[in-house]
Amino acid sequence: MTGETATHCPYCALQCAMFLTPAPDTGQLTVAPRDFPTNRGGLCQKGWTSAELLTSPERLTTPLIRDGKDAPLREAGWDEALAHVTRRFAELRATRGPDSVAVFGSGGLTNEKAYALGKFARVALGTSQIDYNGRFCMSSAAAAGNRAFGLDRGLPFPATDLDDSEAVVLVGANPAETMPPLMGHFDPARLIVVDPRRTATAQTALDAGGLHLAPTPGTDLALALGLLHVALVEGHLDTPGRVAYRRDRTTGWEAVRKCAARWWPERTERLTGVAAADLRRAAAVLAGARRAHILTGRGAEQHSKGVDTVAAWIDLALALGLPGTPGSGYGCLTGQGNGQGGREHGQKSDQLPGYRHIEDRAGREHLARVWGVREEEIPGAGRSAWELLDALGTQDGPAALLVMGSNPAVSAPRSRRVIERLRGLDFLVVADFVRSETTELADVVLPVAMWAEESGTMTNLEGRVLRRRAAKAPPPGVRTDLEVLHGLAVRLGRSGEEFPPDPAPVFAELRRASAGGVADYAGVEPRLLDDDAPVYWPARSATGAGTRPGGPAAALGTPRLFLDRFAHADGRARFLPVEYREAAELPDAEHPLYATTGRQLEHYQSGAQTRRVPALRAAAPQAYVEVHPDTARRAGLADGEEARVVSRRGTVLARTRYVASMRPDTVFLPFHFPGTGAANVLTNPALDPVSRMPEFKVSAVRLERADANAPKEGE
Amino acid sequence: MSRVQRVVVVGNGMVGSRLSEEVLRRDPLGARVRLTVVGAEPVGGYNRVLLPGLLCGALTEDDVAPGPLGPSHLPDPPVAGEISVHGPFSTGSTVTAVDRAARTVLLADGRRLPYDRLVLATGARAVLPPLPGLHLDAPGTGADDAPTAPTRTGALAHDVTVLRTLADARRLLALAHQACARGARIAVLGGGVLGLEAARALAARGVAVTVVHATPHLMDQQLDPQAGRILSRALRRLGIEQRLGTAAVRWEAGVGLHLADGTVLPAAGLLLCTGARAETTLAETCGLAVGPGGIAVDEALTTSDPAIHALGDCADADPGLVQPGWEQAAVLAARLTGENDTARYLGTPRVTRLKAAGIELTCLGDPFVEDEGTADDGGPEVLRIEDPARDRYAKLVLHGDRVTGAILLGVPDAAAGLVQLYDRGAPAPSDRLALLLGRALPPETADGPEAMPDRAMVCRCNSVTKGVLRSAWHEGAHTPQELAATTRAATGCGGCRTTVEKLAAWLAETAPEVGRTPRPP
Repeated sequence: MTGETATHCPYCALQCAMFLTPAPDTGQLTVAPRDFPTNRGGLCQKGWTSAELLTSPERLTTPLIRDGKDAPLREAGWDEALAHVTRRFAELRATRGPDSVAVFGSGGLTNEKAYALGKFARVALGTSQIDYNGRFCMSSAAAAGNRAFGLDRGLPFPATDLDDSEAVVLVGANPAETMPPLMGHFDPARLIVVDPRRTATAQTALDAGGLHLAPTPGTDLALALGLLHVALVEGHLDTPGRVAYRRDRTTGWEAVRKCAARWWPERTERLTGVAAADLRRAAAVLAGARRAHILTGRGAEQHSKGVDTVAAWIDLALALGLPGTPGSGYGCLTGQGNGQGGREHGQKSDQLPGYRHIEDRAGREHLARVWGVREEEIPGAGRSAWELLDALGTQDGPAALLVMGSNPAVSAPRSRRVIERLRGLDFLVVADFVRSETTELADVVLPVAMWAEESGTMTNLEGRVLRRRAAKAPPPGVRTDLEVLHGLAVRLGRSGEEFPPDPAPVFAELRRASAGGVADYAGVEPRLLDDDAPVYWPARSATGAGTRPGGPAAALGTPRLFLDRFAHADGRARFLPVEYREAAELPDAEHPLYATTGRQLEHYQSGAQTRRVPALRAAAPQAYVEVHPDTARRAGLADGEEARVVSRRGTVLARTRYVASMRPDTVFLPFHFPGTGAANVLTNPALDPVSRMPEFKVSAVRLERADANAPKEGE
Repeated sequence: MSRVQRVVVVGNGMVGSRLSEEVLRRDPLGARVRLTVVGAEPVGGYNRVLLPGLLCGALTEDDVAPGPLGPSHLPDPPVAGEISVHGPFSTGSTVTAVDRAARTVLLADGRRLPYDRLVLATGARAVLPPLPGLHLDAPGTGADDAPTAPTRTGALAHDVTVLRTLADARRLLALAHQACARGARIAVLGGGVLGLEAARALAARGVAVTVVHATPHLMDQQLDPQAGRILSRALRRLGIEQRLGTAAVRWEAGVGLHLADGTVLPAAGLLLCTGARAETTLAETCGLAVGPGGIAVDEALTTSDPAIHALGDCADADPGLVQPGWEQAAVLAARLTGENDTARYLGTPRVTRLKAAGIELTCLGDPFVEDEGTADDGGPEVLRIEDPARDRYAKLVLHGDRVTGAILLGVPDAAAGLVQLYDRGAPAPSDRLALLLGRALPPETADGPEAMPDRAMVCRCNSVTKGVLRSAWHEGAHTPQELAATTRAATGCGGCRTTVEKLAAWLAETAPEVGRTPRPP
C-alpha cells in the first residue's frame, strides 16, 4: 500500500483522527494528525508515537506453544497451534461441559471483533462464560444511564456541543492526561473539576479561574447530593424552565429531593472535606449557566457504589434540567478505544448484540434467527469480569480461557489473585501482538495484527461509528483476530460462513443482529463510513441517509439523544434515589492512608503497548507514588526514594514523588506498570452490587521505606 | 438471636427515626427485629437541623420529613409501605409508663406494648428562663399548637415560643408573619447556635430581629471574645441587631422584652433559645439511672436496665448535636439486629458548625487555650489570625501535631480540611499557615518563560520541556509553528500554545545572534 491512509488512533475513546503514511524506502508508517471534529488536528504523545510499535522487534510473529506447565513457550505453526487449541477446548467441553471454557474480551476490539467474539463464545463454544475488561471501566455509568434514561451512550451529544457550554462539571475524569485533545472543547475558566487530586485537569481549571473540588476518596456520592441540596435551598431549581422540565420529562423527583435534603452543606463538608462555601459557589456557577454539562469518568464509577455515585450526579443533572436539552447534558467519558462499541455487541456476560439483555426473550429469538441456531441453544448470563477471573481454575469455574486484546494480569483488581487464578487454569490461550504479563502465563499465544494492519469499525465516546482503515499488511506469520476466530470456529465444527475472516461480512451481520435493539446499527451503511460521514447510533435504517451534496456532512442516525423523549417506555427520565455508603475498605491504624489509582498521559491501560514505545518509556519509565511531602517524611521517605506501598492484598514498590497539592491522607499510583510496580496488587475487588465494578479507586494502604524490615507477606 | 426480637422505640425524632432506618437497612424483612415506634409528634422523624431552612423558606415541610432508604437497601419487590418499619407504626401517641418487670410500655390510649428491648429516644426539651410573662395565666388549654416546652406553670403565652419541633417552627413562622405585618420585630433570647441560626433564617425572610444575650459576646460556649466580636459585626452586616451583656427581666405582651439595663426592646414576639435539657421524665419514673447530661448509658448505649437502651439527646453521650445521635443509631442498630454484637459508641469529635447563610463559622474541640507556648516545650501550639475588617478570624490549637481546638470564622477552606484532621486525629501538615488559611501558600504567579527552569514541562500532552523547545529553537525552529512541527509542542490539547509563543518571542529577544545572518568580519 502506498499513499496516506486516513484512520484513527489505536488508544482511547476519543479516537483522534490521523493519517498514516509509509516511508518510501522502509515502509515504516509515520503519523500525522488529521482534522476531525473531536481532536481538531490534535494528538497526544501516545498518538504521535503509536506507529512505532508496529515494527517493534518485540512483535509476536509466530504462534507459541508451551508443552507442559514448566516448559518454555516454543514456536509453532498456525495449523498446529489452532488444532492444539481446539482439541483442548473440545476435550474440556466433552468432559466438563461447555462452561468449562471461558472467553475474556476487550474494549479495544473493533465492533466486528467484539461481535464475532461474543458469537464465537455462545455459538461455537456454547459457553455462558464471557466477559471483558470494559467491565472495569464504564459498567457503572452504563448501569446508571440505563436506569435513568433507558439507554446508555457515553456522550448522548457530539463532543463539539461542549464548546459552547458555560459550565462543565468533570467528575473523576482527567482528560488533560487521558484524552488531551478533548480539552480543546472546554473553556477552562468554566470547568468544575471534582477529583481528590489536583490533576493536570484540575490545575488547568484553577489556573484559568475555574473550580476544583477535592473530596475525600469515595465520597463523591455525598458531594453530588450536597450540591443538589444547595441548588435546592438556594432556589436554583425553582426557575419555570426547571420546574416544567421536572414535571414534564421526569419521574421520581420527590424521593430524590428528600435524599438531597439530608445532605446540608455542613454535613457534606464534614464527610467530603469540600468546603460548604465551595459547594455553594459550584452550585451557583452550574445553575447560573445557560448551557451546562455534567460528565463523569472512572473516578465516579470505580467504586463498590459506582452505580449509585453516577446516579447521584445524574440526579443533579436532571434537577437542573440538563439531559435531553439542546446545548446541555449529562455524559460519561468512555475510556477504552472502543469502550462504547465494545459494550454493545455481546461481549458482556449478560448481554447480546444491539445492547440487548441476554434474558430478553424477543432479543434471543432475533439473535437465534440471525445466528441460525435455536433460541434455547444460546446460553444465559455468565459471570462478570472479576467473578470470572476469580473463578478460573477453581472447582466450579472454567478450566480454560481465551483472552483477546486484554492483559488482566496487570489491569484487573487484586492482580496477584488474578495471576494465581490464570496459573490455576488447565489451558490459557492469549491472542496479542506483543508479549504481555498475561501471555507469559499462556499455554498458547497467537500473534495477531495491530490496528494499522486491519480494517473495521470503532464507536467513539460520542456513539459515532468510525472507519478504521488498514495502512499496511500485517507482518508475515501474523493473522487478524477475525482470522483466528474463523480458524478456531471451523476446527470446532462450525461453517466458515458463520465466522467470516473479513470484517465486511461481519459488520453486515452485526447490522442485522443489532437491528431493533437499543444500539441499532442497521442504518450504518459501510459507504457512509467510507466517506467519514458522521453517523451516530441508533441508526434504525439507511433511508434518507447520505451526505448533503456540496455541503458539510449532515449528521446521520441520532447525534443527540433524548431531545424529544427518553428511552423509557413512558418517555421520561427517572430520578434515582440514592443513599451514601462508605467504601468497602477504610483507612485504619494498620493501613492509615487512602490509595487511589489512575492513568498518566504517557501510558495506556496495562502499558503492554506504550511501555514498548521508547519515547513513552523514557518519559514515564517506572511506577511511582504521589504523596504529600509531610506524609512521605513521616514514613521516612525523601523525594525520589523507593517506597513500599502495602495494602491487605499485597505490596507495591514505587518511586516516591512529592506532590504538595496531594491530600495528606491520600496517595496515588498509576496502574500501567507490571510486576513489583503493579498498582492493582493493592486494589480491592469489592464489587458494585449492580454493575459488578471493582473498587479500584479506594483502598487502604500504608507507606514505608523499601529498605525497612522484611515486608509482611501478602496473601 | 434465635427468635425475632420485639423492639419498641420511644421517640420518632431525628435520632429515633434514624434508628428505624438503620434497623430496616440491616434487616429489611424483619427477620431478626420487629420494630414498633411510638412518637409523640404526629410528623415522624423530621430533620431538626433543617428547621432554620424551613424558617427562611428555602425548604418545605416535606423536605424536612424523613427521606426514603436507598433502593439498593430495599428488597425487591419492596416490602409493603417501603419506608415504614415492621409491624405497627404508631405515631401521635405517647408512652406514659414503663413496666420494667413485665417488660411492657403503657400508652396514653391505655394499650400496652410488650418489648424484648426498649429504646428511649425521647430527645430534649427547651429550658425556659425564669422570666415573668412567658406563660399563659390559664394553663392547660391543650391547644394543638402548644409548644413543646412543658412547664410547671402552664403553656407559653401566645406570642412566645421555643424551637424544637415542626409545630414550634410553624408557630414561630406565624409570629414572624404577624410581626412583619405590623412592622414589628421578633426578639430572640439566647445568642447560642440555635438562636443565631433562627435569627439569621428570619432575617433572610425579611423579618426584623434582635438577639438578646446575657454575656458580652455571642456563642460564648464556643467562641473566645475576639471571635465573638467579629461574629457580632458580621451578623450586624446581615441585618441582625443584638443586645449583648444584658439579661432579660420580663416579657410584656404587646410591648416587648424588658432588659436588665432598664431599657425595653420593643417586639411582637419572643423566641426562647436558652438551651435544652435531656428529656428524662420517663426514664426517671421507671427508675433508670440518670446522670447530669441525661440517661446514663455505657458504650453499648445500654442503660442501668440491660433490656433498655437510650440514645440521642436524652442520653448522657454527646447530646445536643445530630451527628453523634446518628452514629449512635448505627451502633445500636448493629447490636439490635445482631449484625455486630460488639459495636460500641466511643464518642464523636465535637464540631459545631453555624448554619447561617453568609457566615462561615466552625468551632471544634477546645479552643480556649491562651498559653502560647511552642511545640518544643511540650505545651500547646496556638496560631491566630485576626482580620476584623473582612470578618475573618482563625485560631488553631495543636498539641504536638494533633489539632485539639479551633475557631474558624470566614475561612471556609481551612475549616473543611481541619475538621477532617480533627475527626480522624490525623497529624497536621507542617505548613501551619497553609493549614490555617486552607490554601497552599502563595499561589504560583504566572511567571514569564525566563523564570521557568529548563526541565519545566511546557506541553504535557507530548512531554515537551522548556529545554527541548530551547534546543529546537537553537537548531532553527524559530516560529511557534516550526517549534510545534519539530517538537510536537501544542499539538495535543493546544493549552500551551500561548506559552510556546511567549517562549519563541523570549528566545528571539535574548539570543539575537542566532538565526541572523552573521556579520562579515
